[in-house]
Formats: sequence, C-alpha cells, structure tokens
Amino acid sequence: MRARDYIIRRLFLLIPVLIGISLVTFTLSHMIGDPIAAYLTEGSIEKISPERIQMIIKAHGLDQPIYLQYAYYISDILRGDWGISRADANRPVTESIARYLPATFELTIVAVLLTLAMGIPLGIVSATRKDRLPDHAARIFSLTGVSIPVFWFALMLQFTFFYTLKVLRLPSLPLSGRVDQTLAAATGFHSITGFYVLDSLLQGNMAVFVDAILHLILPSFALAYISVALIARMMRSSMLEVLKQDYITLARSKGLTERVVIYRHALKNALIPTVTIAGLAFGGLLAGAVLTESVFNWPGMGRWSTGAILTDDIAAIMGFTLVIAVVYVLANLIVDVLYAFLDPRIRLG
Amino acid sequence: MREPLISVQNLKTYFHTYGGVVRALEGISFDIYPEETFGLVGETGCGKSVTSLSIMRLVPNPPGKIEAGKVTYRGQDLLQLTEDQMRRIRGSKITMIFQDPMTFLNPVLTIGEQVTEVIEIHQDLAKEVVLLKIEDLKDKLARAQGNTSAGRAVEQRMRQLEAELETPPKPRRRELKKAALKRAEAALRLVRMPDPEKVVKQYPHELSGGMRQRAVIAMALSCNPDLLIADEPTTSLDVTIQAQILTLLSELEKKIGASVLLITHDMGIVAETCDRVGVMYAGNIIEVSETKALFEKPLHPYTRGLLRAIPKLHKDVKNLETIPGSVPNLIYPPSGCRFHPRCPFKMEVCDKEFPPMLEIESGHSVACYLYPEK
Amino acid sequence: MANTSIRGGLKESPHMRELRYTVHLLRQSPLVVVGILLTTAVFVVALTAPWIAPYGAEQRIWGERIQPPGPAHWLGTDESGGDVFSRLVWGSRLDLSIALTVVGVACLVGASVGGVAGFLGGRVDEVVMRITDIFLAFPALILAMTIAAALGRNLTNLTIALAIVWWPGYSRIIRGQVLTEREKPYVEAARAVGAPTRRILLRHVLPNSIYPLLVNATLDLGGVILTAAGLSFIGFGAGAGVAEWGRMISDGRNYLFQAPWMATFPGLAILITALSLNLVGDGLRDVLDPRLRR
Repeated sequence: MRARDYIIRRLFLLIPVLIGISLVTFTLSHMIGDPIAAYLTEGSIEKISPERIQMIIKAHGLDQPIYLQYAYYISDILRGDWGISRADANRPVTESIARYLPATFELTIVAVLLTLAMGIPLGIVSATRKDRLPDHAARIFSLTGVSIPVFWFALMLQFTFFYTLKVLRLPSLPLSGRVDQTLAAATGFHSITGFYVLDSLLQGNMAVFVDAILHLILPSFALAYISVALIARMMRSSMLEVLKQDYITLARSKGLTERVVIYRHALKNALIPTVTIAGLAFGGLLAGAVLTESVFNWPGMGRWSTGAILTDDIAAIMGFTLVIAVVYVLANLIVDVLYAFLDPRIRLG
Repeated sequence: MREPLISVQNLKTYFHTYGGVVRALEGISFDIYPEETFGLVGETGCGKSVTSLSIMRLVPNPPGKIEAGKVTYRGQDLLQLTEDQMRRIRGSKITMIFQDPMTFLNPVLTIGEQVTEVIEIHQDLAKEVVLLKIEDLKDKLARAQGNTSAGRAVEQRMRQLEAELETPPKPRRRELKKAALKRAEAALRLVRMPDPEKVVKQYPHELSGGMRQRAVIAMALSCNPDLLIADEPTTSLDVTIQAQILTLLSELEKKIGASVLLITHDMGIVAETCDRVGVMYAGNIIEVSETKALFEKPLHPYTRGLLRAIPKLHKDVKNLETIPGSVPNLIYPPSGCRFHPRCPFKMEVCDKEFPPMLEIESGHSVACYLYPEK
Repeated sequence: MANTSIRGGLKESPHMRELRYTVHLLRQSPLVVVGILLTTAVFVVALTAPWIAPYGAEQRIWGERIQPPGPAHWLGTDESGGDVFSRLVWGSRLDLSIALTVVGVACLVGASVGGVAGFLGGRVDEVVMRITDIFLAFPALILAMTIAAALGRNLTNLTIALAIVWWPGYSRIIRGQVLTEREKPYVEAARAVGAPTRRILLRHVLPNSIYPLLVNATLDLGGVILTAAGLSFIGFGAGAGVAEWGRMISDGRNYLFQAPWMATFPGLAILITALSLNLVGDGLRDVLDPRLRR
C-alpha cells in the first residue's frame, strides 16, 4: 500500500525538521537575552534572591556547556515546561498558548473556509471565461489581493464597515475583540473549547453565537483576502494548463457537455498543483493572523507574540515560534497527504 | 453508385497565429463509404489531424477556425449543426481514437469511469436496467431450488418486470451506473482486454500501452458508431502491439459495421488495412484511389515519390530515394499546386492555380495538370 | 541558415531576435505595460525625492498638525505636523532600498548556494536541502520577526533578518533549475570538450536557470515591501516617527477615524508599489515561459 508508506515516510522526514526548528528557537533565545529570564516568575531579575537564581540555573542546566543546554532545553519542552511569559501576566507559556491558540485557530479556520469557498470557484470562472470580463475582474481582484498590506486592508475595513456605517446611522460590524463582553457576561457565556462559535452553540446561547460570528466577519475577510487571491491565481493557471491537455480533447470528442468536461475531467487535475501551494497559503494565513489580530485586538497568538517581542519576553517568543512552526509543518504534511490522495499516480506508484 | 456515409466538400481550416495565418486545409474533398476503411496518408504537418478535428468540430477555437466547406453526414451538414446536436453525434455516431493513449486518458479517473461516461450519456439504458434486474432474479430462482413460497414471489416479480420491458420506467442513478458498467465491461471484452473486471477499477498509468489503446478503442466503439476516426492509432506503440491493434480494428469494424477513417504516415499500414486511400500534401488532397490501384499505378508525382522512398527488402539499394526540397510553410504556401517547387514535372500552369481533382480511371482521382481533362 | 534572420536587410543574432520577441510580447499585454510604467514612476519618485518633496522627512510644523489634504499640504499632515506627501516620497526611498537590498543579497547568496548544491549533488546537496527545509518551515513574517527580535529592533537588523528569511527560497529555485539543466546534453558536451566545472556552471548552466529567478525576484520585491511594512507596523524596524510607510500607518492608526488620511495614503503607496511590481513580475513570467513562446 503505497499511500501508507508515503505517509510514514513523510512523518519520518518530519523529525529532522522538528529538530532543526528547535535548534533555531534555541539559538535565537540565547541571542535575545539572558535565558534565565525565561523562567522567572517574579518579573525582573533584580527582584529575586541569589538562591532562586541558582535554583533556576541548576534546574535548566544554564551553567552547562552549550550542547548540554540544548539537551536540557529539549527535555524541558517535552516535559511541558516552556517557561514563564512575562508579557502575559507571568503565566506559564503553555497556559498562554492554551488560551490564545484557539482564538487564532478559530480565525484561521474561517479564513481557510472562505479561501476554499471563494478562491476555487473564482479560479475556475477565470479560466473558463478567459480574457472576457469575468476573467479580467477576477484577475484584478486577485492581483490586488496579493499586493495589499493586510493590516492596512484591515484598517480600511474597520473604517468602512464600522465607522462609516455608524456615522451614517446604519447597522455596523463590530470594531474589535471576539465578542461583546457585556453581552457575554449578561448571558452567562463561558468558554469551554476556546472556540466561541462552538461554545455558544453548545450552551444554546444564540445571542453570543450571532455576536461571535459578527465579530469574526471583518477579521476573517481581511485575513482571507490574500489567500483567496493566491488560490484563485493558482487555480486559474492550473485550469488553463489542464484544459490544454490531450485528454480534454478526447473527453470532448466523446460528446460530453462542457460542464462535465470542466467539473469531472479538468477540475480534479487542476486541484493537484493548487493543493501544493495550499500549504504556503496557510503559512501566509498564520503570518497574516499576527498582523490582523493586532488591528482587531483579537486575543490570539499574534497579539500575544507582538506584545512579547516588544517587551523581550524570551519564553513567550520561543514558545510562540515553536508552536507556529510545528503547526505550519503539520499543515504542510496534511497538504502533502491530500496531494497523494488526489493523484492516483502517487498513491499507487 | 453507393451513397457515401460521409462526404467532405471543400473544407477550409485556417489558424490565426502571431506569425500569420496558417492555411492548414485549403479546400479538401473526399468521401467515405459505409463499412470501408479509408486511409488518409501524408507527411507530418500536411493537415491529416486537422482534417479529423475539423470533421468533429474540435478545432481549438482561438487560433483555429473552419473557414468554409461542407461535411455531409446522413443528409445533414455537420458544420451547420448546433453544438448540442454535434455533441450528440460525437462519441456515439462519429467517434475518435488518438495517437498516444497515455496523454489522451485522464490520469485521475479510472478506466471504468472513462468508459461508462460515454455509454451513460449516449445510450438509453432503461431497458438494460430492467433486463439486469430480471437476470438477478433468475439467479435467485436458480439458487432457490424448488417450489417454495419465496420462489413463487420471485417468479411473480419476474413476470412484473417482463411486462415492463415494453415501456421501461426511468431508472435510478445507481441502476444506470450498474447497467453502464456491464456494457463497459462488454466493450472491454470486445477489444480483447484481459481481465476486464479488474481493469475497470484501474487507472491509466497502471496499464500497458497496448491495453490503454484498447481501452480508448472500447470507448470509441461502445455506442456502435458509424464512423471511427483513428488518428495515428499505432504510431506510439511497439511494432508487435501495432499489429495486434490493427487486426483488432479491422475485426471490430466488420463486427460492428463501422467505417474507419485511418490517418497515418505509414504506407505499410495503408497497404495492409485500407480499402481506399487519400493522399494529402500541404493542406490539399492530391490523389484518391483504391489501395491496390494506388500502389500499382500511382499517378501524382508526390505519391510516386512517397512510394519510391520506401526502402525495398528485395533490392540492393546504395542510397535511399528522397523527394528533393522540404515541406512548404503553410503561412506563405506556394501558389497554385503547392507541390510545384519540388515537382520534377513542373509545367507553366502549375504555379498559377490549384489543379482540379479529376477521375482518371474508375475510382481513381488525381489533382495534377499532368492528367488533363478528357 | 537557421540561426540568423534577415530583418529590414540587416542580419540579427538569435539573442537580438529573442529580445525583440520578448519586448513584443510584453507590449501586447496592457496590464504589463501599466505595471512597467507604474514601477518606473515609483522609482523616479524615489530617486528625485530631494527635488519633489516640498518638506523634509523629519520636518515638523507644530502649528499645522492634523490638517486634512489641502493646497499647502497635498495629502494632509500627521499628528506632529509632518507633511504626509513629503514623508511618503521620502519613505519610498527607504522601502525601495530595503527591498532591493534584501532581494539582491538573498538572490546572490541563494543562487550561489543553490547552484553549487544542485551541481555537486550528493552530500552537499543533502545538507543544503535540510538547511533550507528548516528555514522554510517557518512562515516568513514570523521568522523575520523572531530574528529581528534577536538582533535588536532597528531598520538595519530588519533588512538583515529579511535577507536571512528570503535566501533559502532562491537557493531552492536555482537548485531545481541546475538539476534539470545538468542532465541536458549540452552540459555533457561541454564536459566532453574538457571545460572545467566552474566554467560550465557559470557560462552554461546558470544563464539558462536565470529566468525563474528573475521572475521570482521581481515578485519578491513587492513581497519584501509588504513584509517590511508589516513588521514596521507592529513595531520592528522603523522606530517611531520614521518616514517609513508601514510605520506611518501604525502612527496614523490612532487617528484612523478623525484623520483617515494619515493611515490611508501610506497604505495606498504600498499597494501601488507592490501592485506594479507584481504586474511586471507576472508579465515576465508569462513571457519567459518557454512553452508559451512561439
């Protein structure tokens, strides 16, 4: 079964990459500042007693040669001790991640759905109506999408859909945050999974459900624009490639309708190269999330990390970088597996 | 005089490209009769494939366009039909097989999917479905053994179904797929595909070249076409497979009663398989005749050159014979007869106007000023 | 006979013919022409900044703070009285030079490493591939962020960080191209004639591998500008008050509703610059695709 071998092989290839990532974060953490700062709960290094300093040094091997320090670092990570985040009220980094990752995920998943729902059809329309008006419109849309600064786009969205609508006394979309705090408090909403849309449904809290969705609209659109553009462009060019292929001529010679030719014969083949950039697009989403969260005050990984970097919060920076890198690597793995399943030539050898 | 099955008259197809207008077909005419194999032979680039694409109206539209002409099939001009009407003919009444089965089969669909889809859209399988159900029940009955109450219920159901055979009801999708699959397997068996039930679930890259070509032939013949256009069907296959496929084609042609338009550059294949031949040069048909007559008494200087160029095993040759010069540029073709720059018999009139196609002997026509009107 | 063509009575070499064909193709697409014009315009603005900017980059006129666009200040003023238009013009120098530096350095380093790795193959290739894998395992912005944090938050370090993030991509491209070219007959022929490896690489393989690099470099100029602006926006790179487009948006953010011009125009500048670069890059890609030629 080639597919299973393929997946196992890819998983094995993951290991050196993961080790490499940890090396990078380890090196960078030593460059940013004194590693001791990562494990302090007290806020700053002056406030603590020399005994406490010695304890920390011993516990994390900070007086050992560099390669042993790396070993301590890895074992700390695997044990779950990722240090303390000063920027986040001195919480353990693992706790910060647990708080903020779901928020970022919720935003990113919605953006992914938008990308698929809008990007793929846009690419198909563009390719099948090549050089006509829908194609030109779609291409301008896509071109703008990959040229626009996402944070600026977010600001413009805020200006239009919050401020302008409000000034015109029309219903407007929320400015920031994930949910209206007063509404949440009033209706007794509390978070279970960290995914507010899901949680509100689970609690039967329709008011918060609607509110959470409203809060998701602007940030997810801002975030998704770029990847919609990327996917649409890729779909367009791969559809055009596929439509030039010989088997499309044969399909037409069989008397199949153009619709069947496009959706049954061309589409599946065109999706294959598109899927390969899906991983890249996802990385773009993660990066964009950092910027978007900043604009919308979204309590996710992005906002936490920017705060961390601006305050030299070593543990947070390292934790956040590690997590994002691992997520990205896993996403690429999923994409690779998807790619193998779409293309029987890879699946069956 | 037999009525031709399909009659091509004065077909002109041009390609509008960056470099200029490529005059690929400059008004060709030929007839194909029922149940015959007609070979269209010529060098690469002479317009053979464009001819087949033009008949099927599959010429890629931005650069290519059928500028003029008439293709009469069963009393209709194919070039005047709507796209819908043409679609109903493609794949069922006029079908096509191509040169390289690897690139002409969709790599992400199974053979079964690609064969059944032709059957599904062109054939009315309602009756099939009912027949299949009856078959199923017959099996059940055979296994029932004896006059049980269950057996009687099955018999009753069978009689119901038999009554339906006259005006079968509209079948459900799943039933349609089953019936189409059965037909597909039958088609694969017809083309001598080994192990059809297995092949139906496989993908093109899992089959050998010969098997792939058989699959393509199965697709083309599954709906009992009148005309099968075969565009260099064996060029990319091994010689041994080539022989198999050609034999298969002639068998099937007789079995189904179809005509074949065989496009090739290989005179050997023409000699073996074709009843009549048309010779093409640079976008024109310059000679048409029965195969035997063509080989015994080639009329056009180009045809003679082609035949002379075939190395003969029984003679000792020091140099291979060639036709001097090269194939003309179809953007700026020579005036008049396009062969005149290379023709050893060129006359004054040859570069003025293209010679008319005249029937010199019964069934043997040529377009050359060497053979004036009687 | 097949190598030269006669055009207007003059014989021209195949290179000239290719170049002329390229220009012809480029001229055919109106979008590409627009892209080239816009890009040239942006570069001209950057180069002539000292002459076209009415005010200095750091010039503050406290009496004219937060003024909407008008005759004295074409695009308005910001919260400390700086002229938005002038700062935009000065900012173009900054952003363009960052982009050119990053892409230039990344190309050089990446192409060299990738070229060597692809050509030598074996162990060297494996090692280089692993290293690039590790770099490419991080989304660009995030890695740049972290490196910039490690090095210290200023513009120079931002440039360095971006160059570090961008070079692995180019090395992959060149490596791929070299691998394909290496198998081609002309390389074997050159070797058979006795050409040394370095000469084969430089004179034969690399020139043929340049096309995708050229396309990507052009597209990446836009990408770098976007990333650099993004990082300046969150607070890296350009310090407060510096005339850099991303920073200007961040500074103007607090006045988004009262004085939208402060944040809008710098963003438009980024958009137009990146758009024009993308247009040119796209056009180049379509034109240089060997299958589409002829």
